[in-house]
This record gives sequence, structure tokens and C-alpha cells, in this order.
Amino acid sequence: MTSIDPSAPAVELVGVDKVFNEGSANAVDALQGIDLTVRRGEFVSLIGPSGCGKSTLLRVVADLLPPSRGTASVFGKPAPQARLDQDHAMAFQKAGLFDWRTVRANIELPLELKGWSKADRRARSEEMLQLVKLEEFGSHYPFQLSGGMQQRVAIARCLTFEPKLLLMDEPFGALDEMTREHMQAELLRIYEELDTTVIFVTHSIAEAVYLSSRVVVMSPRPGRIHSTIDIDLGERTDAIRNDASFFEKTNEVRNALRSVEQVAP
Amino acid sequence: MTGSRFSDRAATILVPLVFGAVFLGVWEWLVRAFDNKQFLLPSPSSIYTAVGDNWGRIWNGVEVTGGNAVYGLVVGSILAVFASLIASRWGWFSDIVTPIASGMVAVPIVSLAPVFNIWFGSTDPFSRRLVVIVVVFFPVFFNVTKGLTQVDAVHVELMRSQAASQWSVIRRVRIPNALPFLMSALRLASSLAIISAIVAEYFGGTQGSLGQLITQSAGLSRYDTAWAAVLGASAVGIAMFVAVAALEWVAMPWRRERTGA
Repeated sequence: MTSIDPSAPAVELVGVDKVFNEGSANAVDALQGIDLTVRRGEFVSLIGPSGCGKSTLLRVVADLLPPSRGTASVFGKPAPQARLDQDHAMAFQKAGLFDWRTVRANIELPLELKGWSKADRRARSEEMLQLVKLEEFGSHYPFQLSGGMQQRVAIARCLTFEPKLLLMDEPFGALDEMTREHMQAELLRIYEELDTTVIFVTHSIAEAVYLSSRVVVMSPRPGRIHSTIDIDLGERTDAIRNDASFFEKTNEVRNALRSVEQVAP
Repeated sequence: MTGSRFSDRAATILVPLVFGAVFLGVWEWLVRAFDNKQFLLPSPSSIYTAVGDNWGRIWNGVEVTGGNAVYGLVVGSILAVFASLIASRWGWFSDIVTPIASGMVAVPIVSLAPVFNIWFGSTDPFSRRLVVIVVVFFPVFFNVTKGLTQVDAVHVELMRSQAASQWSVIRRVRIPNALPFLMSALRLASSLAIISAIVAEYFGGTQGSLGQLITQSAGLSRYDTAWAAVLGASAVGIAMFVAVAALEWVAMPWRRERTGA
């Protein structure tokens, strides 16, 4: 285990290209010339049309995909080392819970992999159940929960060991609008409570603006960073969704996305 | 529990009971009314009597044949599960075994019973047990291999992102994922096991097995006894099926409430 360099940014991508099936006739340029630095404590959203490589970018950071060129570092160390050190946690669009584990056992999975004792795991999973307001559902199996509740369990699972970096791939994409807004508020509360860093992939402009301190707009084929928009809306409340400053920012992101769509063939 | 649920449950038990009783009644009536010859179809009442008269032989047959079927089911399944684990872990093993196994499915394995009798001797129960082992092996192997390999991509990414070892992925993802596949294979294999155990006995072997009792009774025109032995074989088949269902209930608590409650 390599210790974390306190001065290093959370994530640093330098000149990252990703080509699938490189060298063959059906090679796909998924990412090209990606330079991105995410500071500690930032909440960065990646947004862009389908095929812009935002999920691929997330997987390069997570070391689930190796970059074809360039370097990916997490907390100052190479991405593979950060993965082995379990410095980050991932959440997906599909809750991806294990059918055969109770809600509690699902939440405890990352701790099990880290080798925590049973008693410690149990204590922590109780805390996490409270955090996502599912105290009474610890002994239930996933199929007994609604989609929104399952997603909350998935979020609890990726938060159990208080990772310093959260990588979230459209975690609320499959939820209805009301549940989604509720989950966004929940996520922000947890994010502030745990003082962590988040990279969040989304299709929703409002979601990106509401959650983020910075929105990265990507363009497709090949996936590139088109622009970066800082969001400084102050404290997020429900009222802010109806505030003029909120609309201003969503418009800014929308316009960036429009220009991206027009550039795309 | 609501009233409608209770009546639903009662219906699921009552309907087949009533149907079965009506079926037996019509059978009995047809045999009597048309003065059917015993060798065509004995009446239920005469089969019932034959069960009582031959209780010792039938019970002995149940022990011998049921023993072979259970032995073959257990050993065949264990071998198949190990083969699946190896095949899912090492591609080259799968490349060798899968085509052979696919070809073996087309072989009517019970027809090998006389060959096994020559290899191991017809008095050695292993000759019959091996038939069952081979018959059970393939459906279990194919199903479990499928369950071990067709895992949710999100589960694999999740485990990888948490730096889980290969062994950990096998233990925490692949094996639990394969359990439902194993259970449905065992349901199928349990009936295949009793069928192949009996058919193997038609080709010879120890006295006192159900297969022998059926062929001998038929040869002696004791059709009611033959049918009584068939009844014994059915009881073994049902008992094995129920045992597999019970195992399923114990092994997969997360599937229990999906149908019942």
C-alpha cells in the first residue's frame, strides 16, 4: 500500500488517448488528448452526447481500462496502484447489487474485501443504513426493494469505507425524476459530510449544474474535452433549482452542449 | 395471510388430488367394465394389492435402485461442478472439454450399460452407478459452466475496482451466480438419475433391483407386480425431486419469497 501524497490532486490525466481495437479496421477513437485535473474536494460532472467517452474516461481513472497513451494518476500515484490501494469506489447506472446478499451484506462487501472484522463491518453497515435512511431494510434481499432503494444501497456500498474519491457513472440515470432529485440532495449531504471528491457522469444538465462545482462538457468521436464551466451557486437547496443563477448556468451548459452537437457529424 | 391466499394454496393441493382420484376411479372402472386382460392394464386396486404382497421386494428394490440413483447423482454432480470450476477458470481446459461434452450429449449413455457390465462385472453395482454418473454429469456441467461465466458485467467491474483477487471473484460472484443454474440442473438430473438407474438394470445386474423386478415380473406375466415396482420407482423419483427442492430452499434463501409470499 502506497500512502497518499497530500499535495497531489485527486485525479490528473495528461494527454490521455483511448483507442478500442487499436490497429484493426474497426478501431474506435474513444478519447483523444484528454488533460484533466480534479482537485481534492471538487465535485466534477462529465456531460456530453452519447459516445463522447465520458464513461470510458471514468474507467480510465478507475483503472478498469488502460489508456492507450498518456498517464492517469490518482492522488499522485499511477491509477493501477490507486485501484490496488482501494483509494476509490465506483457506482454504476445499474445498482449492481448481489441478489444473494442481504442489503447489509451488500453494503459490507467492500469492507469484507478490505479484511475488516465482522463486528466492525456490522457497526459500519448500520451507520451506512442510517445514512441512506434504510435502517429497517438491512435483512432484506435486493429484490424486495424498489429501484430507488436499491440505488441507495449501491451508494451506501460505495461509501462504506469513506473513499477519498467517488467515481459515479450515471448512478441516478434509471430513477424517476422525484427520486432522482431526492437522491441528488442525499448525495450532496453525504459528499459534504465525508469531505470527499466526486467525478460524476450524467446526461442531465440540471443534475450536473445542481451537483457540481465544475462541469466538464465533452464532444464525441473522438471524445474530447470541449469546455469546462465553473459552477458557483453556493449552498444547494431546493429553492436554488428555481433561482435565476441556476437557469443561467444550465443555459451555459446547454449552449456548450449545442455547439458540441453541431460540430459532431 | 389473507383468505384468498389461503384458498389459493388449498387449491394448488386440492386440484391435483381431486384430479388424481378421478383419474384412478375412471381407470378402475374402465378395467372392470371392459373386463380388461391383466397383461394390458391391471386395475389400480390390483396394483395396490401387489404392492402389499410384494412389499419386501419392492422396498429392497427401492434401496438398491434408489441407492444407485442417489450415488450417481451426487458423484456425477460433484465431478461436474469441479469440471465447471476448472473450465471457467482455465480457457484451455474448456476448449478441450466443451466440444467433447457437446458430442457426448448426443450419445444415448444408457446404451453403454452392457459395456460397463463387461468392464466392471455385472454384479458390481458400480456398472450401473457409472451410467448414472455419466448421464448426470453433462447437464450439470453445462449449466454450472454457464452460471460461472455469465456473470453481471457490473459485478465484475465492481470487484475489480475494489482490487478483489481472482479467487475472491470466484467465491463472491461466480459461485453464488452459478447456484440457481446448479439447482435447475439438479432438478433435471434427479429425474434423469432414476430413469438411467432403472434402464441400466434392464441390462442385467444384481437381483432385487427395481429394474430386475419389473423385467422379471413382466416375463412371468405378473403385470400387477411390475406396475407395483414402477410405482416404487416413481416414489424414488419424487423423493429425489423433493430432496433437490429442499436443498434449493436451504441453499438459496434469497429466492424463497419470490414465489411463495
